[in-house]
Amino acid sequence: MSANGSGIGASVKRKEDTRFLTGRGRYTDDINLPGQLYGYILRSPVAHANIGGIDTSAAAAAPGVHAIFTGTDMEGVGGIPTGWLIHSKDGEPMVEPGHPALALGKVRYVGDCVAIVVAETREQAKEAANLIDVDYQDLPAVASIEAAEAEGAAQVFDEAPGNVCYDWEVGDRAATDAAFDEATHVVSIDVVNNRLIPNAIEPRAAIANYDPATGDYTLYTTSQNPHLIRLLLGAFVLQLPEHKLRIVAPDVGGGFGSKIPHYAEEAILTWTAGQLGRPVKWTCERIDAFKSDTHGRDHISTARLALDADGKFLGLHVSTKANLGAYLSTFATCVPTYLYGILFAGPYTTPAVYCEVKSFFTNTVPVDALRGAGRPEATYLLERLVEKAAVELGIDRVEIRRKNFIREFPYQTPVALQYDQGDYDATLDLALKASDWAGFEARRAESAARGKCRGIGISTFIEACGIAPSAVVGSLGARAGLYESGSVRVHPTGSVSVFTGTHSHGQGHETTFAQIVSDMLGVDFEAVDVVHGDSAKIPFGMGTYGSRSLAVGGTAIYLAVEKVIEKGKKIAAHLLEASAEDIEFENGSFTVAGTDRSKSLGEVALTAYVPHNYPAGLEPGLEETAFYDPLNFTFPAGTHVAEVEVDPETGEVEVVSVTGADDVGRIINPMIVDGQLHGGLAHGIGQALLEECLYQDDGQLQTGSYLDYTMPRAADLPSFNINHNTTLCTHNPLGVKGVGEVGSIGVPPAVINAVIDALRPLGVNDMAMPATSQRVWQAIQQARG
Amino acid sequence: MNDFTYHAPTSLDDAVAALRGDGGAKLIAGGHSLLPVMKLNLAAPSALVSLAGVPGLGDIADGGDSVTVGAMCSHAQVAGSAIVQARIPALAAMADGIGDAQVRNAGTIGGSVAHNDPAADYPAACVALGATIVTDRREVHADDFFQGMFATALADDEVITEVRFPVPGRAAYAKFANPASKYAVAGVMVADGPAGVRVAVTGASGDGVFRVAEMEAALGASFSGEAVAGVAVSSDGMLSDTAAGADYRAHLVTVMAKRAVEACG
Amino acid sequence: MPTVTMTVNGMERSGNVEGRTLLVEFLREHLGLTGTHVGCDTSQCGACVVHVNGTSVKSCTSLAAQADGAEVTTIEGLANGSDLHPMQEAFREHHGLQCGFCTPGMVMSAVDLANQNADPSEHEVREWLEGNLCRCTGYHNIVKAVQAGARAMGGGS
Ligand SMILES: Cc1cc2nc3c(=O)[nH]c(=O)nc-3n(C[C@H](O)[C@H](O)[C@H](O)COP(=O)(O)OP(=O)(O)OC[C@H]3O[C@@H](n4cnc5c(N)ncnc54)[C@H](O)[C@@H]3O)c2cc1C
Ligand code: FES
Ligand code: FES
Repeated sequence: MSANGSGIGASVKRKEDTRFLTGRGRYTDDINLPGQLYGYILRSPVAHANIGGIDTSAAAAAPGVHAIFTGTDMEGVGGIPTGWLIHSKDGEPMVEPGHPALALGKVRYVGDCVAIVVAETREQAKEAANLIDVDYQDLPAVASIEAAEAEGAAQVFDEAPGNVCYDWEVGDRAATDAAFDEATHVVSIDVVNNRLIPNAIEPRAAIANYDPATGDYTLYTTSQNPHLIRLLLGAFVLQLPEHKLRIVAPDVGGGFGSKIPHYAEEAILTWTAGQLGRPVKWTCERIDAFKSDTHGRDHISTARLALDADGKFLGLHVSTKANLGAYLSTFATCVPTYLYGILFAGPYTTPAVYCEVKSFFTNTVPVDALRGAGRPEATYLLERLVEKAAVELGIDRVEIRRKNFIREFPYQTPVALQYDQGDYDATLDLALKASDWAGFEARRAESAARGKCRGIGISTFIEACGIAPSAVVGSLGARAGLYESGSVRVHPTGSVSVFTGTHSHGQGHETTFAQIVSDMLGVDFEAVDVVHGDSAKIPFGMGTYGSRSLAVGGTAIYLAVEKVIEKGKKIAAHLLEASAEDIEFENGSFTVAGTDRSKSLGEVALTAYVPHNYPAGLEPGLEETAFYDPLNFTFPAGTHVAEVEVDPETGEVEVVSVTGADDVGRIINPMIVDGQLHGGLAHGIGQALLEECLYQDDGQLQTGSYLDYTMPRAADLPSFNINHNTTLCTHNPLGVKGVGEVGSIGVPPAVINAVIDALRPLGVNDMAMPATSQRVWQAIQQARG
Repeated sequence: MNDFTYHAPTSLDDAVAALRGDGGAKLIAGGHSLLPVMKLNLAAPSALVSLAGVPGLGDIADGGDSVTVGAMCSHAQVAGSAIVQARIPALAAMADGIGDAQVRNAGTIGGSVAHNDPAADYPAACVALGATIVTDRREVHADDFFQGMFATALADDEVITEVRFPVPGRAAYAKFANPASKYAVAGVMVADGPAGVRVAVTGASGDGVFRVAEMEAALGASFSGEAVAGVAVSSDGMLSDTAAGADYRAHLVTVMAKRAVEACG
Repeated sequence: MPTVTMTVNGMERSGNVEGRTLLVEFLREHLGLTGTHVGCDTSQCGACVVHVNGTSVKSCTSLAAQADGAEVTTIEGLANGSDLHPMQEAFREHHGLQCGFCTPGMVMSAVDLANQNADPSEHEVREWLEGNLCRCTGYHNIVKAVQAGARAMGGGS
């Protein structure tokens, strides 16, 4: 691979930008189909109720209304499935209640879909929906983990006693208990991982169409993974064969996990279009998005760390309770288990680790993946605990981390994962230097002179991404494989179309993947286009989440290019009257080794499509597909340092600086990689300081709009100081790891550690997320007594 | 949002006539308080009467001992006005801190005072500076104009034409914004003007803007941040929401008052 | 139904609208100018920002009727043929966009700032963007882009 101006390693400007910058992006709500009607989803205003009856007569008579469907109309249709079966400690499968797309008999959260009204216009559909009279017979609701597990709590599902979905564990409990028996010190911590609302700026939307002439369904939807939607919607809900169901996820305005799940609205719309034989369009209003996009996080944990006299970690014991919401969303069950518990070795050699997770149903919006999904929760807990251990034992907080770093690879953790490669000292050193850690006390004194409390915080972390080897995840309960497909079509005149089963909704695949292909094939970057997001065009795919697109999808493309080159060699060998083994491919040319006799890729491609003079027995055409099933997770790692200044009078926290030193594997496009880090850091700072989804006890959402739910804005954030130290992933050919979630995983504990560091002189030793000004002020008041 | 009739009168008389002609009609200025509540179906007027085409409502004038701001002046216009910046810089700075740039481009002083949102900034400025609200038919002192959350002295068919601010000797505004909405959680305008020292608070109370007599007395005795730093306001009747409970709000009122006094120089 | 007429991106456009038709609805649904986006219903995200008579406003919080007779510029009207406007170019150059959904509003808001301030500081840019939410970029590159774009514009569009 040669680094040319647009090849691997170059900050090539993005192919997708011109259309986005000129208003020519094509997002789902921008699409209109001839004859389309508008659907409005009527949602439950109450958290838990029996539906005594639904009177749609007034609504049906309203102007423009074509149809109204409720749960009973869709009764014969399959429920919304979940993608991952978890087994409890006792070997029993999790409780997996049905999830009707339109509520049947009962509503279970504010926002639950109750009816769809289809009318000529958006306004007509909405106005008619307001005329539907639903007899809600209120039931007591459980809106939090504490409420769900309380004695005599209301039951979200009769089949889930105590509202427990599963009680899972990972790690060796006996070995961990033994480690605690030996320990000189035990440090414990209680943490809450605050519930978040994802808030991609594009609200969800969908348009479904049914062609009665062919029996074909098409669904345009705001999804991170169109094939997965086809699988779930087709095979489980509507029982449609794949070839009759096309899913298109066009330009998608951000996902962050919230556009992974197969949503009820997708099923309702598609089914409704089938009933009416006309296209039906639905666009979620933001107010409804707050109560229907899957939420993230929401854990309560208690953990203990066993240490020897020297500060070496001996054992870690974690008990977590997770809120799954009212129904099991697509990845809901694996986020607090296999994306969480197996992270607890972190970058440390802790020999014994045990984690148990009890997950609960509540009368709240379903919880699913959100940027980082499980790994931010684990990292936050671990890095708060390690920091606390340093303080309690009087060990320098950098030293305690260094003392416990893993330095030999591959490293088998006690919680299933095997790390292939890393250099945690290098990222730590880099971060300390780049953040001027050593010079901090002078800055603290300067702030103090202005009446401000300054603090610095650190987090050293690993993450597991590039999800994931299918056999491994299959043995852990995944109901799908997690490989990826890539196809590379070299056209007769040498330009290239690349088809990927991943989906870009901001990540810049159209650029990064084109760089890889252009570099490998030696063709002009401009001559390579990347196609994604349409199940009718892409062979197959599992989509984009878990920082997997480059590590898994990029590798599939890499392998497809290799196949193209292999075939090209056969064609070139024939043209050059040499043996294929003697052909070398470099910079777009097939050359007979040791000679100057060569054929360009263009000549070979033309020959492949005009095979007048062609190797016997070889198929014409130059197009190859590869499916890549990863051999392992990838393990990005790094150190994040945050510096904050607290105004002790108001409790306001200002993030003064954030320094990242990250190892994300080989970097294809540094500009894009840094952009991903920036976005993740902002998301992580949002969680640490600003964002919190709150429910009232009765299940009403308190933070139901941008008036109450604080999104990070430009003025809330500093510019970021990003640094890289790269070790290559050993098990994929590009050596890539993943970068989309790093910021949101690494930075929250660094920020909170910094806030506590700032306030420790005032007697504050703990701080919950988000560290809002009110919470900080209250902590200061309490410490002052 | 329910549909309505839209009127675009070109004179004040026609605007008033349009209001009188339809009991469900409302004025619309910048629309930045009215349209958001209508979009959430919290208000459903049968007609909107726009003031955009009514002449003479968009000027800012220096009257020597007062500055007059036309009802249709946008927040951006007030913030950027050379007259306001020179004569009442605190008012320009306050206007510059309302919402965001686009809100400031659209929202007007007339709409803000007529709406009297308990978290809006202008009511504090009007009360602290002792402004007079001028309508198509009378003049009302700010002390009498604001009558509790979303309530004012305005009649249904009354139109604010301008707001007249006496020029203070010194004044400043300090605002602690709600982190999500950016409206005031506690906004305090302190003014030392013709009517003595006035301290007016917005954002904090369920009754809307209010004055703090103890602070005014303390500042009358000694105009310094220290003088108000020790004056606690009661949390009784304070608003309480997810961003700020009543105790925290009450505390912020004192801190903002202190900062406003210090900013008076 | 009242008729509204306005100059949109230099062309006179009119249409029959309801009183309640929002400017953003008129642009997206009547004129097919889908570059202007809707990201919220409480006037906070800024995805809908366009210029009306030269200043930036939220088209989701304006009635089409209020813009009757006005000059409206949307993101589609910024480039000069195939030449990107300097602010668009700066966003591309500095990777000031990822998913692109907030981008039209960001760019339109940024152009308004640049028209008033040819060399805004980082702090000024961050404060100005108060009304524009972006979930993707962490704003870091947007801030750089706006500063560069403003300088490239040299105090005017
Ligand atoms: C995102 C956002 C953030 C905001 N942040 C803040 C903030 O931080 N601080 C703040 O103070 N405000 C804030 N606002 C409100 C903003 O300042 C409004 O513009 C202002 O409150 C109302 O002015 P308007 O011209 O838009 O009035 P409109 O919405 O047009 O009207 C409001 C009310 O006043 C009446 N009215 C209008 N003009 C007159 C008149 N001349 N005579 C009589 N009645 C009249 C109308 O009938 C209506 O009842 C915010 C708004 C938004 C959308
Ligand atoms: S669409 Fe969110 S502010 Fe206009
Ligand atoms: S680029 Fe996606 S929201 Fe800003």
